[in-house]
Amino acid sequence: MKDSSTGLWPMKNAHALLWQGVLLLATGLLALWFGGNAAEHLARRGMSLDFGFLGQTAGFDIPFHILPFASTDTYLKALGIAFLNTVLVAVLGILAASALGLTLGIMRLSANWLVRNTAGVIVEVVRNTPQLLQIVFWYVGVLQVLPQARQSLSLADTVFLNIRGLFVPAPLASPATLPLLAALVLALVAVPLIRHRLPDARGRTRWLWLVPPALLAALIATLDGWSVPKLQGFNFSGGITLPPELVALWAGLTLYTAAFIAEIVRASIAGVGKGQTEAARSLGLKPWLTLRLVVLPQALRVMIPQVTSQYLNLIKSSSLGAAIAYPEIVQIFAGTVLNQSGRAIEVMVIVMLVFLAVNLAASAALERVNAATALKER
Amino acid sequence: MTERLRSWIHANLFSSRLNGFLTLVMLALLALTLPPLLRWAFLDAVYAGADRSVCGAGACWAFIDARFDQFFYGRYAPSERWRINLAALVLALFAAGAMWPRNPRRTECVILLVTLCPLIAGVLLVGGVFGLKLVPTDQWGGLTLNVVLTYATTAIALPLGVLLALGRRSRLPVVRWLSIGFIEIWRGVPLLTVLFMATVMLPMFLPDGLTLDRLVRAILGLSLFVAAYMAEVVRAGLQGISKGQYEAAAGLGLGYWRAHRLIILPQAFRLIVPGIVNTVIDLFKDTTLVSIIGLFDILGIVGQSTKDPAWLGLGREGYVFAAFVFFVCCFSLSLYSQSLERKIARSGGH
Repeated sequence: MKDSSTGLWPMKNAHALLWQGVLLLATGLLALWFGGNAAEHLARRGMSLDFGFLGQTAGFDIPFHILPFASTDTYLKALGIAFLNTVLVAVLGILAASALGLTLGIMRLSANWLVRNTAGVIVEVVRNTPQLLQIVFWYVGVLQVLPQARQSLSLADTVFLNIRGLFVPAPLASPATLPLLAALVLALVAVPLIRHRLPDARGRTRWLWLVPPALLAALIATLDGWSVPKLQGFNFSGGITLPPELVALWAGLTLYTAAFIAEIVRASIAGVGKGQTEAARSLGLKPWLTLRLVVLPQALRVMIPQVTSQYLNLIKSSSLGAAIAYPEIVQIFAGTVLNQSGRAIEVMVIVMLVFLAVNLAASAALERVNAATALKER
Repeated sequence: MTERLRSWIHANLFSSRLNGFLTLVMLALLALTLPPLLRWAFLDAVYAGADRSVCGAGACWAFIDARFDQFFYGRYAPSERWRINLAALVLALFAAGAMWPRNPRRTECVILLVTLCPLIAGVLLVGGVFGLKLVPTDQWGGLTLNVVLTYATTAIALPLGVLLALGRRSRLPVVRWLSIGFIEIWRGVPLLTVLFMATVMLPMFLPDGLTLDRLVRAILGLSLFVAAYMAEVVRAGLQGISKGQYEAAAGLGLGYWRAHRLIILPQAFRLIVPGIVNTVIDLFKDTTLVSIIGLFDILGIVGQSTKDPAWLGLGREGYVFAAFVFFVCCFSLSLYSQSLERKIARSGGH
């Protein structure tokens, strides 16, 4: 932002123009020099800057994909599939890291010495070791030494973990599933909006919050049952299979981000002045109401921008999946596609633009949340 | 004594019914996890041996023992490793001088740390002059490489970050927008893509005669990336300086650069040293990413060593050891940065 203090050194308009002109010229010349060198390199290889290769057949397989993909599909489709894998691990990571981070942060504020210090040790160990090291450790040191399918670790015989990955039950859709899912999404958007638009009817519209859980319950109740993974021969069939690469990356991203979120949660709750709590208590508010009406609203204001930047970090760190061959966008594009096509500039431009776009979109969306909780001064 | 112990236990572990319950749950969880962990790490561990045939059920620290030198020095010729030790010693001495609060020559130490020290360390490590044998950078590796990357990157990124922060607050629109663009682009992409760009794309943009060393390219990529983060740290510090300081500096008749050099930046730096130290800690952890682009830092060396037939499949031991090394370095640095923060808070921010 422009700062009034720098206005203390007024510059003659001519000087200001001259300096800016020189800077622009230097930047332009540097860009031209880079461009010229690149053009020369490309010309010698008989290539030109061309994104047309995206339409060619990929010719490689992607080991893990949500939507169907075959080696006869195009590079463009491979980009989409890899992008979905990035989004998948980022969404899973953000959900798990938020839950774990909140838990660890609250544990660190506990009056219980054992709880407080156990969380403290976990947070400090995780925060002070490299994230890549943790991801590789989860992969090499934990998931690759798990037992074979027959000796799987299991949770209530529905969730299984073995060297081939994590096997979880999958919901089976019935005819009612899709409409109910659409209604649920609609309700989650509409309820806060309605309550926001009718500030005077807050008390009378409170029951609206019952709608989304009711829809969720109906959704689960009308499912056509669950497909539970079952051991057949040497592997499991049915359910959803999360490959070990995804599980390791998920674990690494989750734990690392959770440790930072825990620290943010702790600092922002501890940062709400003691006087605030004491004042609330002396007004006769119960501890739970003190937390909900006095401490949390103030802490959230400090917390949200910082947690937001942790989410953005997590999205960017999902690229570390390349180290353990999780087929996300960097592994597929900056790895396989770049090696196959030799189009270094185009591939790197695409990968960086995708991340820039995701980051801008995510930060714009989170900025809306931040604006809604920010201090409204009259 | 027992009375005090009992009251401590009561106050800290069983102050309420819920707390007592939580204590029991935590004790149960710890009882489930800690004994097997300790048995693996210490009781069943093997500490010495020539190859993996000595390994048993516990951790095989013999592997670390056998590869210790490589983890620290990489493939640097054993007869020349004293040079790394000497460079590290010089660095540690000046760093200690710069960090020790009661050192009367602290400023001089900081200046030497970023000017003379890199020169001495560079001559020692590269060699080729003063009768020192030339050691090509592809033989550098291990923790040495992580430290070299961190140090060189900080030395480039910090001044660049200061310029970018000033640029972002500039009144000149071209300067301001170029700075904002630079900062936001690097902050919007993952470090790994920046490193890929520096290794595969940068050579395309340079003329034929000019080929940059792989290590230099990695340092360049890291520097551009870290400079953007440094710029935001410095900007926060500049915003913490009251307007009166600027006005006083201008009132004394100082120009823009002299005012910043003599009045504004020294005060801002006092506020942002913790922020800079935290950025350096993050950078030190992130230098492990170079193992993905084919440099053999400590993580790369560990990965390579676990593929050695004599020590096949000892990834856990290797990575736990590397994590321990990082933890010791980063945790002590972060304790230092926290103590600085408390000191600044005590003195009221200014």
